[in-house]
Amino acid sequence: MSAAEVGEVVAETTYALDRGSLVRYAGASGDFNPIHYRDDVAASVGLPGVLAHGMLTMGLAVQPVVAWLESIADPGQAPGWVTDYQVRFTRPVVVDPEAGAEVTVTAKLAQVDDEGATGRIDLTVTAAGQTVLGKAQVRVAFA
Amino acid sequence: MNPDLQGRAFPPTPPYLVGREKVREFARATGSTSPLSLDPDAARAVGHADVVAPPTFAVVVQEATLAQLLAEPDAGIDFGQVVHGEQRFSYSRPIVAGDELTATLTVTSVKALGGNAMVTAASEIVDAAGEHVVTATSTLVVRGDS
Repeated sequence: MSAAEVGEVVAETTYALDRGSLVRYAGASGDFNPIHYRDDVAASVGLPGVLAHGMLTMGLAVQPVVAWLESIADPGQAPGWVTDYQVRFTRPVVVDPEAGAEVTVTAKLAQVDDEGATGRIDLTVTAAGQTVLGKAQVRVAFA
Repeated sequence: MNPDLQGRAFPPTPPYLVGREKVREFARATGSTSPLSLDPDAARAVGHADVVAPPTFAVVVQEATLAQLLAEPDAGIDFGQVVHGEQRFSYSRPIVAGDELTATLTVTSVKALGGNAMVTAASEIVDAAGEHVVTATSTLVVRGDS
């Protein structure tokens, strides 16, 4: 059961990133590309600044969906889960050394299938007022 | 880059043992507040053997296969010119701490796009019993094809 209507925004969250967030993700994921923590390296390859890992943005953007699935689960029952998740990386997230960056995620229920057993949630993911992930779609199996 | 890469299959990676603390570290680093990813008791209470990895955790296992691709001598891929274009994870079941996962990469497509090349690589990740867990698919844009 989906507990929401198609077209409904089921979650909206803003994540604050700083350089520490990038170092933490580098360690957790094993992606130690220095463009994600060194200004000089980022500048030397022509980037506007140190960038968040695309996979960090992708990882953050799905968390509101996970939290929503858990919030609608019956107590003591396994919640619904993410069966398929895809994104296009359309624009990098520049993380300022002092101001950091904010990534805002809006999750909308786009489709419900299989008599309510599965569905698709579309994500709108922005930073500095611009979309950073395109075609961000999450397929879920409801509990 | 080399168009003959299309269809090439790589040998399976050595098994990756999913650790509980690695899952929790990854969950915290990606903004997870899920008790199923952070608390083994909460995960067990709903039938999982241990903590459940967040949906993008498979990239940690996939990474070894992308390293194989970039290191392929005749691939002609300069790591400094690679931009991540698209990513997808298609799961048969969630990854759980204790899983021993093996990934096998196949290059599914190589396309020229202006002066760039786009390579799509699918890593099929299976558990110790050989059962499918997740397929992680990356599209990499390799700039300045020569």
